[in-house]
Amino acid sequence: MERIPILKMGSFLLVTIQVDMHDQLALTLQDDLTARIVADRASGVLIDISALDIVDSFIGRMLGNIAGMARVLDAETVVVGMQPSVAITLVELGLSLPGIRTALNVDRGMELLRSARNGEFGGDGRQDG
Amino acid sequence: MVVKTVELPLAQQEDVVAVRQSTRSLAVEIGLTIVDQTKIVTAASELARNTVVHGGGGKVTLEILRETSKQGLRLTFEDTGPGIPDLERAMQDGYTSASGLGLGLGGSKRLCTDFAIESKVGVGTRVTIARWKV
Repeated sequence: MERIPILKMGSFLLVTIQVDMHDQLALTLQDDLTARIVADRASGVLIDISALDIVDSFIGRMLGNIAGMARVLDAETVVVGMQPSVAITLVELGLSLPGIRTALNVDRGMELLRSARNGEFGGDGRQDG
Repeated sequence: MVVKTVELPLAQQEDVVAVRQSTRSLAVEIGLTIVDQTKIVTAASELARNTVVHGGGGKVTLEILRETSKQGLRLTFEDTGPGIPDLERAMQDGYTSASGLGLGLGGSKRLCTDFAIESKVGVGTRVTIARWKV
């Protein structure tokens, strides 16, 4: 079955979405990531969407679900690299991606995850790391 | 005047991806800006999914239109599914029957310059959208 690869780097999981996803592929990614957060004891998930030239409501919902599930499993999620035209379209569509942390690029996203792990972020009181 | 027509089936999820790609290449062909391309491709994705998931499958017709001072891209989504009993309600944000965020129809309308929907219970639904390059 077609899958989006998930890389492990330290205590973080990295995903770069490079293909035009059909809905089932997006749902598989959601399930795979949730399983890997637990299996790898990940404290953060970084999703790079710089190669996506659209985010519709389904993909938006998937990103929200991943962030929500990760949070319940004590991991932070950062979505990075959104193209400006995608951001403009998302807002007009009516999607503001509530609950999803975003960063401009992978570097800033990693910084955000590191500070979250060290408990510097938004007071989520994470003790480990 | 229609100068180019492409017809694509909408039976399964993978067809939604094909519709996005064809919409993008036609949008590029008529010279839409990158933001306008993204808007119509996103709207096409929402409506194509509706046709597959709620309409039980159907087809989409993509057309390049030419008028004296402008070119446009028009997409017509047709299914022979159950139809939408309350169109006014279906157009509202937050109305959802299945798997989305309920932004499909209302959101698609906001992303396009022209939007029309006809639906008959038990007969089917037809949604037409367009974006123009002046």
